[in-house]
Amino acid sequence: MAETKTAAYICKGCEIGTRLDTAALVKTATKSGKMNIVREHDFLCSAEGVAMIQNDIDNEGVTHAALCACSRRAKTEAFNFPTIAMSRGNLREGVIWIRPDTDAARETTQEMAEDYVRMACAEVKAMTVPPGNQKTGTVKTLLVVGGGMSGMTSALEASKAGYKVVLVEKSAALGGWAAKLHKRVPTREPFKSPEDNGVADMVARIEADSNIKAYLNATIAKTDGAPGRFKVDIAIESGAIAQEDVGAIIQATGFTLYDANKLPEFAYGKTPNVVDQAGLEALAKAAAAEGKPIRRPSDGQPVKSVVFVQCAGQRDATGKHLQYCSGFCCNTSIKQAMYFKDSNPDIDTVVLFTDLRTPGNGEDFYRAAQNKGVIFSKGVVSQVVPSGNACTVKFKDLILNEDTEAQADLVVLATGVVPNSGVNIDAPVAAPAAAPAEAAEGEVAGEVIATIAPESILNLTYRQGPDMPQFKHGFTDSHFICFPYETRRTGIYTAGPVRRPMDILQAQEDATGAAMKAIQAMENAGLGKAAHPRAGDLSFPTVRLEGCTQCKRCTVECPFGAIDEDEKRFPLFNESRCRRCGTCMGACPVRVISFENYSVNTVGSQIKSVEVPDEFSEKPRILILACENDAYPALDMAGMNRNEYDPFVRVIPIRCLGSVNTIWITDALNGGYDGVMLMGCKHGEEYQCHFVKGSELGRYRLSKVGDTLKGMNLETERVHDLEVAITDIATLPQKINDYAALIKSFPPSPFKGF
Amino acid sequence: MSDLNQEMAARYKNNFLKEIEEQAEMGEWVKMCMQCGLCSGSCPTNFHSGWDHPPQEIFMLIRAGKREEVLNAQGMYMCTSCYNCYVRCPRKVPVTHVMHGIAEYAYRIGRAPKNQPTMHLSKTFWTNATKHGRVNEVQLTQSLYFKDGIGAGIKKAMEMQKEALGLVKAGRLNPMEALGMGHKCKDVKGIHAMLAKAEELEAKNKAAKA
Ligand code: SF4
Ligand code: SF4
Ligand code: SF4
Repeated sequence: MAETKTAAYICKGCEIGTRLDTAALVKTATKSGKMNIVREHDFLCSAEGVAMIQNDIDNEGVTHAALCACSRRAKTEAFNFPTIAMSRGNLREGVIWIRPDTDAARETTQEMAEDYVRMACAEVKAMTVPPGNQKTGTVKTLLVVGGGMSGMTSALEASKAGYKVVLVEKSAALGGWAAKLHKRVPTREPFKSPEDNGVADMVARIEADSNIKAYLNATIAKTDGAPGRFKVDIAIESGAIAQEDVGAIIQATGFTLYDANKLPEFAYGKTPNVVDQAGLEALAKAAAAEGKPIRRPSDGQPVKSVVFVQCAGQRDATGKHLQYCSGFCCNTSIKQAMYFKDSNPDIDTVVLFTDLRTPGNGEDFYRAAQNKGVIFSKGVVSQVVPSGNACTVKFKDLILNEDTEAQADLVVLATGVVPNSGVNIDAPVAAPAAAPAEAAEGEVAGEVIATIAPESILNLTYRQGPDMPQFKHGFTDSHFICFPYETRRTGIYTAGPVRRPMDILQAQEDATGAAMKAIQAMENAGLGKAAHPRAGDLSFPTVRLEGCTQCKRCTVECPFGAIDEDEKRFPLFNESRCRRCGTCMGACPVRVISFENYSVNTVGSQIKSVEVPDEFSEKPRILILACENDAYPALDMAGMNRNEYDPFVRVIPIRCLGSVNTIWITDALNGGYDGVMLMGCKHGEEYQCHFVKGSELGRYRLSKVGDTLKGMNLETERVHDLEVAITDIATLPQKINDYAALIKSFPPSPFKGF
Repeated sequence: MSDLNQEMAARYKNNFLKEIEEQAEMGEWVKMCMQCGLCSGSCPTNFHSGWDHPPQEIFMLIRAGKREEVLNAQGMYMCTSCYNCYVRCPRKVPVTHVMHGIAEYAYRIGRAPKNQPTMHLSKTFWTNATKHGRVNEVQLTQSLYFKDGIGAGIKKAMEMQKEALGLVKAGRLNPMEALGMGHKCKDVKGIHAMLAKAEELEAKNKAAKA
């Protein structure tokens, strides 16, 4: 690249010019920022302002520019200069909008602005233009694992968007759970009667689609590589292995019904007249094929009364069964009751429920069933007692608060779902001698997690394990709060009930979304860009191997399994799997990991560029490291709402709390800052971190900072970790002020002036 | 009267829900209740001593086929027609009307308790109001006061003496009404004709059901 030439631009628009002394800012950029070119402009984001910058790039050879105007989150279309390194000094949302326009405040506001100019200049000088990942994979074929409703939908949607699809189904036919259904819950107006299960139509479309190659009776024997260049071995029926190159993967392996044999109190297995929902579908299918009414399995007589037991082995608080709801089986029971009522209104159908949950348009469907005479009773079933060809269902009526019973020819148990998740890679390694039954059912922290497929589904060659991480209750990983379908394995997505309980319609929507995300990942991988959430980012982590001590912190902490080890046990980055969170950079004790546009130095030099007044000035300095995904936007929005906060804070956005290297904190404290506040997302089971484990890992690292503070003879409260959500706009300024007040109650840092 | 009760019980055998759906006015709504309990929670008479079963429970009992328990219940007579439940029911069940429908049916088949106060009020009110096309307040009050005998009536009247005098002074009560005088409606004949027609239609309706 050509010689480095730096430039700083000070915008005077949006009242920056009237609130601040911009001439002084120009001086700051020139003198302490040491920028080669410094210019003011009345409206930097106007066509004219942008042209001015472009002209400097084209004709003056500017390679690094610090734009001191609004937040880096604003005007991104105008300030789009991909060929140069660029930083932004936040004078608008970060300074004038959060400070009062009073004579008393003028001085500290100006000081704030000058620091942000210094910081922007320091940051950009530490940056280089990211070239993009060179080791790209350009395969644009999508692999879909699982040929049920979700998998078929993903395949069809991707094909419609023009992509080739390889569809792998374990069984001999496509259709999954839906194919077992006699009919399905209605998907369109007026939501009053069951409708065709829709499988045949989809299978026909898949068969007719030249973009889709389906393997039946096939499983995945091995998955190797990264987005854009996965190599997949498919074990096919003949015992042979078919190899496919794919760019992204969707796992849509669905669910299995919870085993009704685990409910002996409901007489399942003791009489054929107690069935689960699949059993009833089979009876209905068989009856429909013969054109006869549904018959009682024990003697073949037409069923005259049915009782549906909702939540059988679900939403269980005793710890014996599933704790969660299947998300669809109330609607399924309503539908199954209609199988009877629609053929003969005189058949007694009673649904015993504790809470009837009817998502989607299920409420209309529920009402239709009531209109058709299905009886809904709020009650908890304790026992089903078979006698001859009938059953007695004993239950507690929750409205009348009494124990009572009902007679039925047939009892249907709504047993719930267990995700087909593959092996739990985080499970403690079981003793090899463990009985298979125990291996299939791991006890985690007092909760029963039923695992259906103890064999691996994807057989990944990743060092983290052969399958995806599992989520609560054994569901396959998914970024619950922000990005459904996105998992901790870049380029591999989950769709449908394998990631959370859902019905067919939701699964189809999910599968469509996952297909779109998979396409985005393939396209970005081909361009050497990051996948979500920093989609399009061209930077990627590089290691200075000479300095690496092989401590493996990065390999272990990377939440996305992007780092392997090479033969010499050095970290080996799979750039296309990387999400650019910077967790590895924060973890590295010798600080040899960096990004072109984000490094220990880009942040560190900003910290050092702030002017720290001496201890007699009564002007403390507080560093805020704010997560760019939640906290920083919240601060910007606080500014938009003109919510004021303390003028002594200096905010630096960071990619994730996980990217915080403790050197920043020690540097700041050694440099005379009075306090350091870290703002990151919620972690733990209900995490809100974009990078899933990033904030948790960052916090763990921070928990060790206390010792450093003690060693420096500083109050441990000087470093403060604040959990911030993007919605905390109104409360955040107060929290900053409270913290600033606390810092002011301490004596000034003894490190000032060193 | 109780013959009709037995006749109905025999006709509908174990299907009390069907009996209510076909016989009680608005009874067809019972099946649409989703047991949320909003009606019971909204009812001002809730926790009142006479209130054995709130609407939600009455509906549940009907669906559970508990004929005796429903027909012996007090709940439906306790309804004050405040319409709280009616406007709040998320299922748009006209709860108030269903309660009245059930009460009326119980009365029709001779299962309403004798001297049930709200039923007594309804009947008295009806006779009183339809006579002149307008309520004769003094006579209505009298009939309610003396419902449980002369002694009780006098005692009650004495208790309320002050209020009554106040009303008279304010011109809100005409003592002459006690003698059958006072306000009348303009077209009493017309009203009577209208009511007769309504009764005729109602009878037809019920005959069709029975
Ligand atoms: S920790 Fe983050 S930045 Fe580092 S390799 Fe993993 S995904 Fe990429
Ligand atoms: S409010 Fe309506 S739906 Fe709810 S319990 Fe009462 S009648 Fe039933
Ligand atoms: S209308 Fe009757 S049942 Fe409904 S809330 Fe009022 S008093 Fe209760």
